[in-house]
Amino acid sequence: MSNEPYLYIPRPTARPGEAPDFSYLRLSPAGAVDRPPIDARAADIEFLALGLVRVLDEDHVAQGPWAPDLDKETLIRALRLMVLTRAYDDRMQRMQRQGKVTFYMQALGEEAVSIGQGLAFEDGDMMFPAYRNQGLYIMRGTGLVEMMCQCLSNSRDMCKGRQMPIFYQDKAHNLFTISGNLATQYPHAVGWAMGAAIKGERNIAVSWVGDGSTAEADFHYALTFAAVYNAPVILNVTNNQWAISTFQGFAGGERRPFAARGLGLGIPGIRVDGNDLLAVYATAKWAADRARGGHGPTLIELVTYRGGAHSTSDDPSRYRPKDEWESFPLGDPLDRLKQHMIKLGYWSGDEHQALEEEMKATVAEAWKEAVSYGTLTEPPFLDVSLMFEDVFAEMPEHLTLQRNKLAKLRGAGK
Amino acid sequence: MSQMNMIQAIRSAHDVMLERDPSVVALGQDIGYFGGVFRCTDGLQEKYGEHRVIDAPIAEGGIVGVAIGLGINGLRPVAEIQFADYIYPGFDQIVSELSRLRYRSAGDFFSPVTIRTPCGGGIRGGQTHSQSPEGIFTHISGVKTVMVSNPYDAKGLLISAIESDDPVIFFEPKRIYNGPFDGDPEKPSVSWSSHPKGEVPDGYYTVPLEKAEVVEEGSDLTIITYGTIVHVAQAAAKRAGVSAEIIDVRTLMPLDVATLRESVCKTGRCLVAHEATRFCGYGAELVATVQKECFWHLEAPIARVTGWDTPYPHAFEWQYFPVQQRLVEGIRRIMEAA
Repeated sequence: MSNEPYLYIPRPTARPGEAPDFSYLRLSPAGAVDRPPIDARAADIEFLALGLVRVLDEDHVAQGPWAPDLDKETLIRALRLMVLTRAYDDRMQRMQRQGKVTFYMQALGEEAVSIGQGLAFEDGDMMFPAYRNQGLYIMRGTGLVEMMCQCLSNSRDMCKGRQMPIFYQDKAHNLFTISGNLATQYPHAVGWAMGAAIKGERNIAVSWVGDGSTAEADFHYALTFAAVYNAPVILNVTNNQWAISTFQGFAGGERRPFAARGLGLGIPGIRVDGNDLLAVYATAKWAADRARGGHGPTLIELVTYRGGAHSTSDDPSRYRPKDEWESFPLGDPLDRLKQHMIKLGYWSGDEHQALEEEMKATVAEAWKEAVSYGTLTEPPFLDVSLMFEDVFAEMPEHLTLQRNKLAKLRGAGK
Repeated sequence: MSQMNMIQAIRSAHDVMLERDPSVVALGQDIGYFGGVFRCTDGLQEKYGEHRVIDAPIAEGGIVGVAIGLGINGLRPVAEIQFADYIYPGFDQIVSELSRLRYRSAGDFFSPVTIRTPCGGGIRGGQTHSQSPEGIFTHISGVKTVMVSNPYDAKGLLISAIESDDPVIFFEPKRIYNGPFDGDPEKPSVSWSSHPKGEVPDGYYTVPLEKAEVVEEGSDLTIITYGTIVHVAQAAAKRAGVSAEIIDVRTLMPLDVATLRESVCKTGRCLVAHEATRFCGYGAELVATVQKECFWHLEAPIARVTGWDTPYPHAFEWQYFPVQQRLVEGIRRIMEAA
């Protein structure tokens, strides 16, 4: 290479037709990364951001200091939620293909991010999810029917037809409304956490963005404010390797891990195996205890792989090898938890098959109920006058006039 | 009652609301220990503490984003953006988040943020300390936009803005912080002490959002304006020797159409004036509204006097600014029309 300035263009290790190559992914053996106390200084624990916290080893056995003390009941709950999330996604993806919903986004392969972390948080903690965190809504209590009605924009749609599918909200369960603008929720989470600290409450805020969205200014604003005010917040980067067609190198992931983004500000980072539910839970719990204990924010990078398309609007075979997921060294989070539980004697293949059937049926039943409240094309429909509500707390005159004008155009009473 | 300039009135509004409502917090660059570069929060951190009056990093996008988060958690944030010219890093948070939280969540979430920001020229600020970007904000569905023209309104409207559950972008023309400006840069500055709107109650009161004010009644023509130009219009009408009805719009969005309609239908002539650039400016909406509401009463085409469609130049400030003379010419043009 000549010693001349040159424009470097990041290239993924494999494109369609090439053999998948994850040699770039730095791995640590299960149990190899130390677990520091929750009040450790960021400067003393930089290894957490550079290594990879893993609990489950190749034989599906929990190893090392991060192995959490989760009882059988909790593990079964986590597995059930992951299977349910996948069944929900599968159904909704197919319903999009059949034209019943206009759009969908699966969390395939990333289920442990929402479910594993979700186990670590309390009801009073406020979640600021990204668009692939449906597992959080499912596990914190948003009903499947409600979620489906949102995707259908039907008469029971929680957001009254204002948002495209998957942009859920659930105030009762402390789940913020999802935005299509990327990373905007990050400073909201920091502000919410600052508010909790101002009020002297012990609740924390948690937010998620993807690897690609770390390039947004809001990501950096949030880290700065979190550091400056020692906000009780957990900021997560779900690094699923792909931002639609651009690999994580286009967000600057090649030089330093995303978990290291906060180190310059004194925010500890943890790079964790995002497909290892035990490690995901353990690191989230560590960060939650740290925040709740007054020791400030943590940035967590969850290393995972986007098993499906970005959304129903793109075809991943156009930009990455078809079989890339199968070669992903961190495997499938659902299968890994299942194998671990079988190893512990908590679970069996038969039980798993029965669970899959049960969840499939649960989802099918919910779908049947959801469509009985209408779809975008079948009644009952939302009243079109709802379009003019909630722009302001009270409807101003100009919107009343516009609402009436539309009603007149559509014929009296409509 | 006290004599207050606009800075003191704005500080007093903060003081009253910080005292009355423990959920009110202020944040912004230099607003805490130092009291703000224009002194609008002077002494408030000392009085209410560092958790209520918060110095912020130099990150307007962060200030707006974090203010939204504070609001979602039940607080009532008043964010200062040091100059309106620097509000743009926060623009996405205002357009995509703040203004639409209520709508997109069907009322489940909202954040009652007030964003205060000094605007306008006439202070030798050049193109980065003189802008009037109100028209960009009035185009957004879901935020209210206010521009004040005097101390009494500034305090009363700021209290209304803070109490409002809707987000409010609150513009403060910095040229008139210390005294009304009649648009003649050759004349010495005057203070608010001789102006009736410099009399401000010490305690709590409100001026309602969404209400324009007829500042002067008249019969020859209506001048619709806001901010600094209210004072320029008053002086220009006097100089032109006409009986002008002068309307201070005050809340630009939502607009008080009834007050405009009543006045222009009475006078039959209308001049729209603002400091901001003309093309797609807020005045265009005023002209369209008056045209629709009052067309059969109009005796002359509606005219506009505005800043030119250039950035705000440092050296040619008074050639750019809609000075008295330009308003006088605008008035004559309308009065001479058939």
